[in-house]
Amino acid sequence: MRFQAWKIFSILIVLSIGIIFSLPNIFPPDPSVQITTASAGDGFSNKFLDDLKDLSKKTDIDTLSFEKTEKSVLIRTNSYQDQILLKDYLQKELNENFVVALNLAANTPDWLKALNAKPMKLGLDLRGGVNFLMEVDTELLLQTKLESTASVIRNSLRDERVKTNFIEIEENKILVSLVDDEKTEIFDGIVNDLGNLDIDLDQNLVYELSFSDEEIDETIDYAVLQNLTTLRNRVNELGVSEPVVQREGRKRISVQLPGIQDTAEAKKIIGKTANLEFRLEAKDNSLASRVESFPYRGLKTRLEKKVIISGDRVSDASVGFDENGFPQVNISLDSDGGAQMHRATRNNVGTRMAVLFVERKILSNVDSGINSIKNFYDKRIISLATIQSALANQFRITGLDSPAEASELALLLRAGALAAPMNFVEEGTIGPSLGADNIRLGINSLILGLSLVLVFMIFYYKVFGFIANLAVLLNLILIASIMSILSATLTLPGIAGIVLTIGMAVDANVLIFSRIREELKRKLKPLEAITSGYNRAFITIVDANLTTLIVALILYIVGTGPIQGFAITLSVGILTSMFTAILFTRMLVFFIYARRRNIEKIWI
Amino acid sequence: MNIQFMKFRKLALTFSFALLLISIVSLVFKNLELGLDFTGGVLVEIQLKENLEDLEQIRGLLDEKNIDNYVLNFSGSQNDVSIKIPGGADSSNAESLKIVLEENYEFDLRKEEFIGPQIGEELRDQGGLGLLLALLIMAVYIMFRFQYKFAVGAIFALVHDVLIVVGMFSLFSIDFDLTVLAAVLAVIGYSLNDTIVVSDRIRENFRKKRRSETIALIDRSLTQMLGRTLITSLTTLLVLFALLIFGGDAIQNFSIALIIGVVAGTYSSIYIVCNTLISMNITADDLAIKKSERFDDGMP
Repeated sequence: MRFQAWKIFSILIVLSIGIIFSLPNIFPPDPSVQITTASAGDGFSNKFLDDLKDLSKKTDIDTLSFEKTEKSVLIRTNSYQDQILLKDYLQKELNENFVVALNLAANTPDWLKALNAKPMKLGLDLRGGVNFLMEVDTELLLQTKLESTASVIRNSLRDERVKTNFIEIEENKILVSLVDDEKTEIFDGIVNDLGNLDIDLDQNLVYELSFSDEEIDETIDYAVLQNLTTLRNRVNELGVSEPVVQREGRKRISVQLPGIQDTAEAKKIIGKTANLEFRLEAKDNSLASRVESFPYRGLKTRLEKKVIISGDRVSDASVGFDENGFPQVNISLDSDGGAQMHRATRNNVGTRMAVLFVERKILSNVDSGINSIKNFYDKRIISLATIQSALANQFRITGLDSPAEASELALLLRAGALAAPMNFVEEGTIGPSLGADNIRLGINSLILGLSLVLVFMIFYYKVFGFIANLAVLLNLILIASIMSILSATLTLPGIAGIVLTIGMAVDANVLIFSRIREELKRKLKPLEAITSGYNRAFITIVDANLTTLIVALILYIVGTGPIQGFAITLSVGILTSMFTAILFTRMLVFFIYARRRNIEKIWI
Repeated sequence: MNIQFMKFRKLALTFSFALLLISIVSLVFKNLELGLDFTGGVLVEIQLKENLEDLEQIRGLLDEKNIDNYVLNFSGSQNDVSIKIPGGADSSNAESLKIVLEENYEFDLRKEEFIGPQIGEELRDQGGLGLLLALLIMAVYIMFRFQYKFAVGAIFALVHDVLIVVGMFSLFSIDFDLTVLAAVLAVIGYSLNDTIVVSDRIRENFRKKRRSETIALIDRSLTQMLGRTLITSLTTLLVLFALLIFGGDAIQNFSIALIIGVVAGTYSSIYIVCNTLISMNITADDLAIKKSERFDDGMP
């Protein structure tokens, strides 16, 4: 029996990597509450720390420790349930100058941190929390785009003095009928300049303009990506640790907020379908019908009803400082937005321009039964500034009083820059008590299943059963380390996948061992039987595992959320189990038997 | 001393047909109790501070608020209540459900779910697609690695197992949700695993002794593999029962599906696959080693 040194060497390397990277899971992070102060600069006094301790003692919540850093206080607790109770309590007791947020305080020892080893993340079903799936309303998005394109064409035609019978929108097309056929060339030019329209002429000489499929895809892509950014900003306002905001499929965004309990509150912040409107201040001689008034800093401000651009044209807003060190907000627009802004501002230098923050609010009335929901729009001015020169894609708002005001304005601008309206298509809340139960149940069934298998294997295969058991344990360690390295999220179906893998992982060893037994019955010598058992079972094992792996891959591709969690652990488990059941056990068998000559009997 | 498995093959076939008939009849006339994942709708699960005798009071409250079409259940003990409104319900319904309950009871919110109707529809399509895709890829794989007669046998076995699992869920009105679908796909993987191990041995024996009679040869192969088949099924069932008993509500149906599937899969790899091989007249010539098919026996 031979077993090359390099194989032993590589097995040992995998083994040690596996152990190191699964280690952080033994030190799970503590659910904790973090308190920061809004009035930055002046840290926390020791007295404040004592006050906090006294406050916490008034509740039944056990706290592990209070840690003070320069700008925050971290209170560690025992469980996710305690964490939420403490957060709610402190939020009520402390005044508005303090921000109370959920956090996960790492417990990973420093030398592991230095290796970038981290524990697995727990899914919402194990931690409790809220998840949303939001879908971009593509129909409305394309309709709006169609309308704005139609208005651009209308304006351009007017500028070129081309008369039209009508420009209207029908389904997914813009229909244009020109009075004078000879102006066709100008019209073509305008459409070509826009660059994104398919043009068709029907028998009545009506032009049919529609977006190409690529253009539609691009529009949706752009909208989803921009909404993703905006949602991330909004989620950050919630003070959640490890939130997940990611794209799912073509037009959906999934948001996961661990630890949050109040769906309604989270929805208010995530789902506040805010928008922006940039408008000019009304001139004294403007028609009353074209003017609307809004209060701003206590004064009535008259604005033009015409909107220059809305929030979907804003691609970014950030805080910066001007040449003299005064705070300013830098705004970037997309190219259409820049062009429109330029057209509107070039003749209005010296006039003031306002930014309106528009929020769609939902009033739901439950008393009168289900489904009485009212939408209304709440508009307020967040900035009113004088136009210094013609503006384009990039411009800035200066004259702000403080950096705080600047960052508030930038935040609102970003929050309002939602490119397209979104709907909630899926929502879920897992209470923290259910999360805790799920962890307990998952671990209990894991331990029970594991012990049953281990006992059975020793009973049935004796020494070899013990070897197989070591392989199963190593398999668990490897699964944990790979999941940690991939920073995959562990969910309840994921635990089920691991448990199932344990049951199936012994299959490879069972195949090998029963083959060895057969060979022994055929009167082969023990060492020959072992070698032949391993060799002959190998193909069968590969065939059998490959098929299961294919199924796991299909599950991952077709499935979402929980199914993917199951598919990940299942496929990781299959791969690691092939390694442990074949290579690792063979090495152990080699260590035990290879040096002895003339073995008459093996315990199998 | 071979166990004469194939002696009972007609009986087994009758048994399988009976089970399949029951499954199909149940699926056609009784339908599948689709979970919220597939129908869309609203689910609220709460844990009350006190035990309830029955659900009449809650029923009364919901009726009073004109909430209809709901399914009200105890989930687990007498203080765990689950309310489900399948179909066109939306998140505002979940909100009003909660408000109605909050006015009258003290409770812990365990779980709340709203799934839009379009999601349910998509998942139904994706799920069906996934199943078909899995079957197809498996068939191609076996055709490539073995021979088409084995592929036919394996597909029969897989369809048999899937139909029985789904049929039993329909017959006993167990909720068929997304995790159960995952279990069904895992059953495909497991059953195929078994089928391949058995087929592998049949192929090996055919190649070794060309003179042997088909039925005797299959019996011998099955006898040789019986130990392994039983032990693997046993260890898998051990952990599945651990999951069923200790895994909690969320993976209960998942475990049930896999338990039915593992039993069906073990059975089908013996009787469905081998029955198919025999009725398709498998011979040693079908499995003669062609050069291209040789697989290097080299162990790592």
